[in-house]
Amino acid sequence: MRAHRDRRYIPRFQRTTILLGILCVVVLIVVVQLWLLTATMNAYLGGERDLLLAALIVSALCFALNLGLLRYVYKLDR
Amino acid sequence: MSVRDPDELSVPPDGRPASEQPQWRKDFPIDWPQDTYISRRELGKFLVLTSFAFVVGQAWIWIKGWFGRAPKWPVTKIGRVSEISVGETLLFHYPDKLHPRLLVRASEHELLAYDQKCTHLSCPVIAEVDKSIFYCPCHHGTFDLKTGRVISGPPPRPLPKVKLRVQGDEIFAVGVEDRMS
Repeated sequence: MRAHRDRRYIPRFQRTTILLGILCVVVLIVVVQLWLLTATMNAYLGGERDLLLAALIVSALCFALNLGLLRYVYKLDR
Repeated sequence: MSVRDPDELSVPPDGRPASEQPQWRKDFPIDWPQDTYISRRELGKFLVLTSFAFVVGQAWIWIKGWFGRAPKWPVTKIGRVSEISVGETLLFHYPDKLHPRLLVRASEHELLAYDQKCTHLSCPVIAEVDKSIFYCPCHHGTFDLKTGRVISGPPPRPLPKVKLRVQGDEIFAVGVEDRMS
């Protein structure tokens, strides 16, 4: 009986390359979030209230994206 | 003869064969590619945690903005028109001692008051009435005297304007206006 192989094996050096690519994307997203935080604080100190909720939603979406990418990395290892 | 997964072999960082490695490395073999992989994965975890911290910061600003109550500005007498000549300034605190403000008599009938703290890094600004500017000596920021708007330098926002009311000879501060532009 042939052993059932339902998972494609990814060699470690390929996983490392994938991880490096994901890290680059995560770093970019975190930098965008940092800029968003400073811009939001500047708007708040200037009395703007309309932008705050939109900024929070965008930041939360960035975090969700980062979380999804991290989840994919852990999925690779299983 | 079983074939070992090449991922399982230990690869020293200098790339030389195991027989050429120093004794301590033979005694404590570390799978270097795996170590590299794990440390980069841990960096990814840390970055995602940082991302979450930024979301918490955004949420805090939003909560402060929408649920913080608008301040009730007191009406405070700050001086007399007759005590300030044209071109002179008066330092006062409004609404409390933590908030220094500058009153400027720009012309015979023009009284202006702004926050004295520069919007860059809170250095006290100096009114130069002859040049019609407020000047921040810390990082050479300049603001327009009439409007409080940024003319040059690193300040990101105009100076908050203090609302004034003149009753006879007396000058009252009645509120502060934060502005983005």
